[in-house]
Amino acid sequence: MTIEVRNLVKRFGSFTALDGVDLQVADGELLALLGPSGSGKTTLLRIIAGLDWPDSGEVTIDGENALVRGAGERQVGFVFQHYALFRHMTVFENVAFGLRVQPRSLRKDEASIRARVKELLDLVQLDWLAGRYPSQLSGGQRQRIALARALAIEPRILLLDEPFGALDAKVRKELRKWLRTLHQEIHVTSVFVTHDQEEALEVANRIVVMDKGHIEQVGTPGEVYDSPATAFVHGFIGESIMLPVEVRDGAVRLNGKALDIHPQGAAPGDVTLYVRRHDMQISAAGSGALEGQVTHVRSFGPIQRAEVALSEGAAIIEIDAPRDRELRPGDRVGLSPRRYRIFAA
Amino acid sequence: MEPNPSSAPFPGPVESVRGAARDNLRTEPKGVRIAVIAIALTFLGVFVVLPLVLVFAEAFSKGIGAYFAALSDPEALSAIRLTLMVAAVSVSINLVFGLMAAWAIAKFEFSGKTFLTTLIDLPFSVSPVISGLVFVLLFGAQGYWGVWLREHDIQVLFAVPGIAIATTFVTFPFVARALIPLMHEQGTQEEEAAISLGASGLQTFFRVTLPNIKWGVLYGVLLCNARAMGEFGAVSVVSGHIRGETNTMPLLVEILYNEYQFVASFAIASLLAMLALITLVAKAFLERHLDEGDEQHDH
Repeated sequence: MTIEVRNLVKRFGSFTALDGVDLQVADGELLALLGPSGSGKTTLLRIIAGLDWPDSGEVTIDGENALVRGAGERQVGFVFQHYALFRHMTVFENVAFGLRVQPRSLRKDEASIRARVKELLDLVQLDWLAGRYPSQLSGGQRQRIALARALAIEPRILLLDEPFGALDAKVRKELRKWLRTLHQEIHVTSVFVTHDQEEALEVANRIVVMDKGHIEQVGTPGEVYDSPATAFVHGFIGESIMLPVEVRDGAVRLNGKALDIHPQGAAPGDVTLYVRRHDMQISAAGSGALEGQVTHVRSFGPIQRAEVALSEGAAIIEIDAPRDRELRPGDRVGLSPRRYRIFAA
Repeated sequence: MEPNPSSAPFPGPVESVRGAARDNLRTEPKGVRIAVIAIALTFLGVFVVLPLVLVFAEAFSKGIGAYFAALSDPEALSAIRLTLMVAAVSVSINLVFGLMAAWAIAKFEFSGKTFLTTLIDLPFSVSPVISGLVFVLLFGAQGYWGVWLREHDIQVLFAVPGIAIATTFVTFPFVARALIPLMHEQGTQEEEAAISLGASGLQTFFRVTLPNIKWGVLYGVLLCNARAMGEFGAVSVVSGHIRGETNTMPLLVEILYNEYQFVASFAIASLLAMLALITLVAKAFLERHLDEGDEQHDH
């Protein structure tokens, strides 16, 4: 099922949560809405689900206007950050809920309901918990039950609001992988909200980066990471070095000194140079675009992270270098960005 | 016990002095503690336990026979019946409207919400006698609706409807106040989940909201009932004190007392006292369930 959102606007009092958002979600996709808190991502998800209503704009699900239907009629599975399991019902009854509240004409008989719930609990690998109450489960188990409950109504689309936000780091990693595998298995169009870039990069087919009610960029994980469209995306996804520089007389300058860096068509004036930490190449002193002195080195895993005080300015930048090039505090080095972007300051 | 290395060179007295010193840092000296506890217990004894014991002592002062004779007096039976009926009516009304008010306040955002919350508390902040007088002004012969009511031959004041209305007014806040914080804390996510799973509004209410607040509802009903049966001020103003017709138990207690029928008066009073004790036990039981609910929520 496809989802299409056109020019969506939503205000809460004087706060604009969504400021003219357009978005297409393709059939079978696993899409991440990524952004800091207050970027409007959850509001967008809730509007698609029918739990909130926009001030203006359109939402269509599979070509049908969704805004004329209530949440219950949209056949949308919704998974909440804090699970929202029914605390007075067993796991079994939680999953069966969506089947039991169907209109009498559509309702399945008890045996089919039992079979379906069993099937879903098997799918989330928690059939042995059927008789427990939500308070007796761990966070990760609760979220998997919440997912099984959402899938019970055979949703046309699945929406997940920060599904792993309330879990600890280890469980979160496991569940990410599990969600991706599950999506490959059931292939229902899914949208999840997250503020965790790693989660989005690891799980989603496509990422929508949002900030302040706008969509900043839509692309595959590779695209948003390697070619950020805006300064915000560059700063938000991945670790970036941000160096305030100036464009004058067709050259990029740091404290007046022209650097061997292409201005990329930036207008004259103050701009910011964005470089990924690992895209800063280290060379012998005097041979790079920038000069500096190593002040501090930490090594872990495949990289070493060095702090370099730039000679041109007072700035100290952090770079990631491979382990094979030996660095020691006090070394003078040349630095050349392999890849970089220049955005207005 | 493991030896404490730091105190090893100074066994015995030094350690105990230190211990005492530490205790003193943590709390008041023993004498003060005992005095404070004694004062509290004495106060409780004189002002709560003693009166309660006296009620029963007086009620049984002429023996069990006199006690039950007093209770089976037609006037007493009529008062008991009336009290039960009024409580049943006002508790039912307050249950329905208290639930609605709490549901609206805790689960929705709307303008005038603060005003409504304040309004719910109004019956608590007005003297019950004033509350009763308000209904005399509304329904009395010279009141706003008095003429209309007389033309249609409807008796409100000095009759059962008036007593029920006054009691309902005075006891309105109990159910709503028990539920608002509870529902507020539970939030709206479970309802949203139910709605998105296709449940209708009524299904959501009866299958999700109500089971989640059932202990809170019982708690509110319990307190509401206790007050409804015990209400004196407001009921006294609107009842008219017609013997065997519009006297509730608290009113009858006063009348009998004023007529020097001490055994009868205290016998009725003992029933109200027992109601209070039962309420107290039930309240403790419900509070434990409410706490458990909280713990489950926290996990």
